Amino acid sequence: MSIQPVLLWSDALIWLLVLGVVAFGWASSRTPPLRAAWRRVGRNRPGMAAATVLLVFVLIGLLDSLHYRPPLANRTPDQPAAYSIEVLSALDALAAPLRTRMEKTYSAPLATRAYAKESIEVRDAGGAVHAVRDFPRLAFGGAHLGEDEAQRDADVLGRVLAAEVVALALILVVSGVGAVLLARRQAIPWPQAVRRLWRGDTDIAWNAVLFSLGALALTAAPLLALCVDYHVFGTDKVGQDVFYQVLKSVRTALVIGLVTTLVTLPIAVALGILAGYWRGWVDDLIQYLYTTLSSIPGVLLIAAAVLMMQVVIDTHPQWFATAAERADLRLLALCLILGMTSWTGLCRLLRGETLKLRELEYIQAAQAFGVADLRILARHILPNLMHLVIIALVMDFSGLVLSEAVLSYVGIGVDPTTISFGTMINNARMELAREPMVWWSLAAAFSFMFALVLAANVLADAVRDAFDPRAAVA
Amino acid sequence: MSLLRLIVLLAGAALLAACDSEQNDPYPAAERGQAILYSAFTERPKHLDPAQSYTEDENTFIAQIYEPPLQYHYLKRPYTLIPGAAEQVPTPVYYDAAGKRLPADAPAASIARSVYEIRLRPGIRYQPHPAFAVGDDGRPVYETIDAAMLAKVERIADFPRTGTRELTADDYIYQIKRLAHPHLHSPIFGMMAAHIVGLRELGDALQQAAKANPDAWLDLDRFPLPGVERIDRSTYRVTLKGKYPQFLYWLAMPFFAPVPREVDRFYSQPGMAAKNLSLDWYPVGTGPFMLTENNPNRRMVLDRNPNFHGETYPCEGEAGDREAGLLADCGKPLPLIDRAVFSREKESIPYWNKFLQGYYDASGIASDSFDQAVRLAVGGDVALTDEMQAKGIRLLTSVRTSTFYMGFNLLDPVVGGKDGVGEARARKLRQAVSIAVDQEEFISIFMNGRGIPAMSPLPPGIFGFVEGEGGINPVVYDWIDGRARRKSVEAARTLLAEAGWPNGRDAKTGEPLVLNLDTTGGGMGDKSRLDWLTRQFAKIDIQLVVRSTDFNRFQEKLRKGAVQLYYLGWNADYPDPENFFFLLAGAESKVAQGGENASNYASPAFDRLFAEMKDMDNTPQRLDIVRRMNRLLQEDAPWVFGFHPKSYTLGHAWLLNRKPNDVANNILKYQRIDVAARAAARHAWNAPVLWPLAALLAVGLAILVPAVVAYRRRERRNARGNDGR
Amino acid sequence: MFAYLVRRLLYAIPILIGVNLITFALFFIVNTPDDMARMQLGVKRVTAEAIEKWKAERGYDKPLFVNAQASGVGVVTETIFFTKSARLFVGDFGRAEDGRDIAREIRTRMGPSLAIALPTFVLGLFVTVCLALMLAFFRATPLDFWGVVLCVAMMSISGLFYIIGGQYLISKLWRLVPISGFSAGLDAWKFLILPVLIGVVSGIGSSTRWYRTIFLEEIGKDYVRTARAKGLSELAVLFRHVLRNALIPILTGVVVVIPLLFMGSLLTESFFGIPGLGSYTIDAIQAQDFAVVRAMVFIGSVLYIVGLILTDLSYSWVDPRIRFES
Repeated sequence: MSIQPVLLWSDALIWLLVLGVVAFGWASSRTPPLRAAWRRVGRNRPGMAAATVLLVFVLIGLLDSLHYRPPLANRTPDQPAAYSIEVLSALDALAAPLRTRMEKTYSAPLATRAYAKESIEVRDAGGAVHAVRDFPRLAFGGAHLGEDEAQRDADVLGRVLAAEVVALALILVVSGVGAVLLARRQAIPWPQAVRRLWRGDTDIAWNAVLFSLGALALTAAPLLALCVDYHVFGTDKVGQDVFYQVLKSVRTALVIGLVTTLVTLPIAVALGILAGYWRGWVDDLIQYLYTTLSSIPGVLLIAAAVLMMQVVIDTHPQWFATAAERADLRLLALCLILGMTSWTGLCRLLRGETLKLRELEYIQAAQAFGVADLRILARHILPNLMHLVIIALVMDFSGLVLSEAVLSYVGIGVDPTTISFGTMINNARMELAREPMVWWSLAAAFSFMFALVLAANVLADAVRDAFDPRAAVA
Repeated sequence: MSLLRLIVLLAGAALLAACDSEQNDPYPAAERGQAILYSAFTERPKHLDPAQSYTEDENTFIAQIYEPPLQYHYLKRPYTLIPGAAEQVPTPVYYDAAGKRLPADAPAASIARSVYEIRLRPGIRYQPHPAFAVGDDGRPVYETIDAAMLAKVERIADFPRTGTRELTADDYIYQIKRLAHPHLHSPIFGMMAAHIVGLRELGDALQQAAKANPDAWLDLDRFPLPGVERIDRSTYRVTLKGKYPQFLYWLAMPFFAPVPREVDRFYSQPGMAAKNLSLDWYPVGTGPFMLTENNPNRRMVLDRNPNFHGETYPCEGEAGDREAGLLADCGKPLPLIDRAVFSREKESIPYWNKFLQGYYDASGIASDSFDQAVRLAVGGDVALTDEMQAKGIRLLTSVRTSTFYMGFNLLDPVVGGKDGVGEARARKLRQAVSIAVDQEEFISIFMNGRGIPAMSPLPPGIFGFVEGEGGINPVVYDWIDGRARRKSVEAARTLLAEAGWPNGRDAKTGEPLVLNLDTTGGGMGDKSRLDWLTRQFAKIDIQLVVRSTDFNRFQEKLRKGAVQLYYLGWNADYPDPENFFFLLAGAESKVAQGGENASNYASPAFDRLFAEMKDMDNTPQRLDIVRRMNRLLQEDAPWVFGFHPKSYTLGHAWLLNRKPNDVANNILKYQRIDVAARAAARHAWNAPVLWPLAALLAVGLAILVPAVVAYRRRERRNARGNDGR
Repeated sequence: MFAYLVRRLLYAIPILIGVNLITFALFFIVNTPDDMARMQLGVKRVTAEAIEKWKAERGYDKPLFVNAQASGVGVVTETIFFTKSARLFVGDFGRAEDGRDIAREIRTRMGPSLAIALPTFVLGLFVTVCLALMLAFFRATPLDFWGVVLCVAMMSISGLFYIIGGQYLISKLWRLVPISGFSAGLDAWKFLILPVLIGVVSGIGSSTRWYRTIFLEEIGKDYVRTARAKGLSELAVLFRHVLRNALIPILTGVVVVIPLLFMGSLLTESFFGIPGLGSYTIDAIQAQDFAVVRAMVFIGSVLYIVGLILTDLSYSWVDPRIRFES
C-alpha cells in the first residue's frame, strides 16, 4: 500500500522557514556580533527554558506538516490505486488511536461513561426490551477495563506512576549523557561536569534546558501513557478526543505566528530600507502607503480581506483536490492578511533606523567612493538592521497566536474545518453554560495556548535583551 | 497605594449596592411591581414597515401593532383563521372569464376571478399619533413641518399634539397599493402582482412616476388599482386572477394591515427620514400595543394602546387547554399586560442566565443549556429537570412548521443523472445517501432530540401530514415493532452498488465517488457538524467534501446550479401543503426560473399533481393527491429529508396563558404576568455572594502590607545615606 | 505651530482618499451590488426585477470606477466610487442599506462606546502606571521579579479568557452585577463595572511591563542620580522626575489610541450586549452593509490621523524643547 504525499502551501512555507533558520544559523555563526548576541540568548536561563518548550511545540508542528493521502482499500485486486480525499499528516498517523476513537458525544477527562444520561435499551431476563436512563458506557474510553470500571482509579494511578518513573529515568539518562559530553569536551572529571551543569556554569544555560525538558517529560509521560486507553482531556460534542485537537491546534498556531511574519518580512524590509535610504519621493510614497494602510482599523481591513479571499476560494473549487487544501489556502490567506496589517510597524522602524545609519560616516564614505547603492544596502545597512528584524519576529509571534482566537470569534479567522485554538475556544464557549459545565475543551485549549504564548513571550524577552543594542550597553 | 484605593472603592460600591438583593437587576427600579412582560430579541429587526417585514424577528413587534383583516385563533389546533379587524372571514366569490358567477365548488380551471369582500368592524380607532392631530380649523396640525419645528424633535413622542381617527377601508387599500411602491421593495410584490388584478400595472406606473420626480412623495390615491375596490367606508373588495384559496392566509399577515394615507404623508415630509421618523421606525396601528421606544440596539418597548377597540380572551380551545389553565382568563378584556420590554441579547449565555435569574419571563433553550433544563424521559418524552421544576418553570413544546433538508441539485451529472449518467442510477445514489445520513443521530446530537425526522416535506400540523405507518418514507424506513426503523447501511450499500458505485468506486473506472456539499458556514460550531456529515457519507464509502461558504456566495451557486448537495431549510408562510410543495415545483426551478426550487427538480407527474392540489380545499381528494405527491418525492429523493425542529420554550410560573404558536405572532395580548410571584422569585434567586469581595480585599492587603513595610525600611535606609541599590 | 497643523491636515486628504479606495476595492471584489441587494431584500421570494429596482434606487447601477459611457468629468464622477465617497469628506455618511441614517446611528452609539472605553482607558492607565511605578520602586527585589513574572503570565492569557471567566465568576456565580446589558443615564454604572474591570485587568500585563521598562530606563539616567543625591526621597524622585520624563514614550503609545476609543471595542461590546460602535461595526460586517463599513473605516482613519497629530502636539507639551517649525 503506497501513500500519496501532499505538499500543502503552508507545509512548503514551514519547511522553507526551517531551511531559512538553518541558513540563518549558519550565517550568524560566521558574523561575530550576531554570534555574540545568540550567546547572550544562550546564557539567558528563562530564555533557554522557553526555547526548549517552544522546540517541542515546533516538533509537533513539523510532524503535523508532513501530509499525505492514505490509499483507499481496494475490494478487488485489479482496481487502480485510489486515494482518500482526507489529507492526513505524520502526526495523524502517530496519533491514529486518538483520531479514530470517537465517542458519540461529550465525555469528561478519563471518563469511562458518557457525560449525559441517555435512554438505553436493556434486555431483561425475560427477554423483553425496556428502556433505562443511565450514563452509557463509552466505546473507547477505558474500554480495556471491560466490565470492571471500578478499577479505573487504580489503573490511572498505576499508569501515572509508571510513566513518571520512566520520565525520571529518562531525564537522569539525558542529564548523565550531557554531563559526560561536557566532561569530555572541557576535559574535566565528570562529577565536576555535573556540578557545572547543575549550577549553570556553562556557555549555554544547559541546566535550564534540562530542567524544562524534565518538566516536559514529567507532564507528557502520564499524558501519553493515559491517552492510549482513555480520553485524557475528554471528548467534545461529536465525541472527538480533545487531546488530539489540542495537538492539531499547535501547527495552526505556529503557522499563524511564524508564517505571517515571514511572508510580509520581505515587503517590510525592502520598503523600509528603500524609504530610509533614498528618501525624497520614494520615501514620501512609501510613507503614504503605510500610513494609509495603518490608518484603516485592523479588524475591518482583515474582515474585508478575509471575505475577499473566501470569494476567490469559493469561485475556484477546481484549484483544490481536497478540503485540506482549501482550508490551508484560507489559513495562508489569513497569514498574509494579518501580515498586511502588521508590516507597517516594522517598516516604519526600519525606515527610521536606515535614516540614522545612512548618516553614519562610513556609509557616507562608501557613497563618496562610488560604491554601488545595492552593495551598500546589502553590505552595510541590512546586516545592521537584522537585530530589529529578529526582535520583530519573536515579538509578533505571541500577539498573532492570541489574535487568531479573537478573529475566529468574530468569524473571520481560520477555516471552520481547521482545528485551531480559536476554533476550539469558540466551540467550547457555549459549553460553559451547560449544567453540569463542560469545562475541559476550554481548559485544554487555554492551557496549551497559555504554555505556547508564555514560552514565546519569555523567549522574545531573552532575544530582545540580547539583540537590542541599548539593552546590551546597559 | 492605588490598588488599595481601587479595591476599597470597588468594594465600597458593591457593598452599598448590596443593601438590596437584586443588584444584578438589569431594569430600572421604577419598573418593579408593574405588569410588564420582559423578553429578549437576538436579531435587530430590519424593517417595521408592514409592506416590508417578513421575518419572525420583525413580526414579533409589528404583529402586536397592526391589525390585518384576519388572525389565527390563539388556542385552536390545527390553526384556524378567525376575524381580526374584519367582521368575518370572507368567502370568495368566483367568476368565469365571461364574468358569470360560479358556484363555490366550480373546477379551478374555469375560475377566472375570485373576489373577496372584506367588511371591517365598526369603531376601531388608531393609536394616538401626531399624524392624526387636527387643529381647530379641522386641518392636520403637522401637515407641513418646517425645519425649526423639526429641530426640536428627536423621537415621535416629542410632537406635543396627537390625535386619532377611525379605521376605514381606504387604509387597507392604501397599504395594498404600497406593496407596489418602488421604494419599499416589498418582498411579496412579485408574488402578489401575479394574483391581484392590476397590481403589476400599478407597480409600473409608480415606478415611472418615481423616476420622473425622484424626491417627491407619491400620493398613491392618485393611482388606480382595479383589483381593489372601495365599496363603502368600511368595506372593500379584492379581486384575484383565477382561484387562490391561500389568499386568506395572506390576509392574516401584516402585509395586508391598514396604513393611513395621512401617516404616510406625515412621514414623507423633508427632514423626517434623517431623524428616523418613518413608518419603518415608528409603526402606526390599531392593535393592542403601540411602539413607544425604538432602540433596536438595546431595547424596544411596546405600551398598551389606549384606543384599542377591545377584544376578549378566547373561551374555547383544543382539548387539554382547560386543564392547562389556558382558559382561566376567558372573556377578560385584552391585552392583559400594560407593557412589554424587549431587550437585545446577542449572546446566548447572558440570555439564558438572565432567564434563570428571573429577568426574562420566557426563553428558548439553546442547544447547550438543554441538559440543564430538560431531560428526556423514558420513551422519548421530555420533562423538565428537577432544578427547573423547583423553580416552577414550565416547558412548552411544539413542532415548528418548518423543514430542514439536504438537497441534491438534479442538474448535476452525478446526483441528477444528467449527461448520460442515467436518471435511474442517480436516483439509487440519492436513495442510498438518504438512508446513510442518520437523521435520528443528528437530532439527538445536535438538536438534543428537539426535532422529528422528516418523512416528506410536510411537518406535523400541515394538512396532508400522516402519522404512523402510513406516513413513513418507505425508501428509507421500515415499519418494525410499531416504529419506523431506518434501513441498514447494508441496504444503502446495495443501492449504491446498483447505482454503479460498488464500495464507493466507479464500477468501470475504479474512481472513488466524491460528492461536494455546500453549506453556509456561519458559526464556528459548524465544524463538529461537518465532521459528523463526513462520517455519515464514509459509512457507505462516499467521500464527502464540505464547502462552507458565505451566504451570498451560496445563493449565487444555487442560482447558477453550481452545487451538488446543499443544506437549506424552509419556514412556512402559512399552514398549507402548497407552501412546502412549491419548493419542488418545476415552475419554481432555481436555475431556469429564479424560483425557490433549488434542487431544480422537474417531474411532470409531480407538477401535474401540484397544479391540481394547490387550488383545492382541504378535502379527502386533496389528501389523496398530497399522499401521491409524497410518494413521488420519496421515490425520486430530490432531498434527503432532514427533520422538523421542535421548539422548546421555557416559561416561568408567573407567565400565564402562554401557548406555543408558530404561525401567528400577535400573541402578546393574551399573556398575563403574576407580578407578585415574579417579584418574590427574583428576590429569592438573586442574593449576591459577597465573600469574594472580602477575599479580594484580604489578598490586596496581603500584598500591600509587606510592600509598605519594605518601603518604610528602604526610606529609612536612604535617610542613613545608603542607596538602596 | 499653526502652519504645521495645516500641513498635517492637508496631508490627511490623500491618505483618506487612499483609505477609501482600498476599502472600496476590497468590498466590491467581495460583493457585487447584486449581492448587496439580495442581502437587503431578504431570502424569500426575491426576483431579479426587485434586485434591479433596488440597485437603481440606491445608485448601485453605475460602473465602479470608470464610466466609459459618460463624457467629460462624468467619466469619473458618474461612478459608484465617486458618488459614494465624495460625500464622506463633508461628513455626510448617507444611509445604511436598510435605510437608516448612519450619522444618527453613530451619534447614538458613541455614548455607550465611550462609557465603556473611557473609564477603561483612564482607569487602566492609572492602574498600570501605578503598578509599574511600584515595580520600578521595588526594582531588583522579589516583589519586582514576581511582579514581572505575573505580568508575562497575564499577557499570555487570551483576552477571550478574561471575558468568559469574568462573566462566569462575577455575574453567574456571585450574582454581583447584571450579566450583560446597558442603560442610559446614571443607571449604567452597574452594567459598566464588569466590562471596565475586565478591560483594565486584561491590559495590566503588557502595559505594566512596558511602563516598567520605560521607568527603569529613566531611573538609570544621570539626572536621577543627581536628584537622589540632592536628598530627595525616592518617591519624590519617582513622581517628580522619572514619571515626567517617562511620559514621552508613554504618550507615543497612548495618545494615538485616545481618538480611537470612539470606535469602541468589538469583543467587549458584543459579549456584554452594549449598543456601541464596536458592535455596530461587527453587525455591519456580518450583514455586509457597505455604507456602514465604509463610514466606520473612514471615521477610524480620521481618528487615527487625529491621534497622530495629537501625539505630536503632546510631545511639545511635555517636552518644551520640541517645536514644530517647518
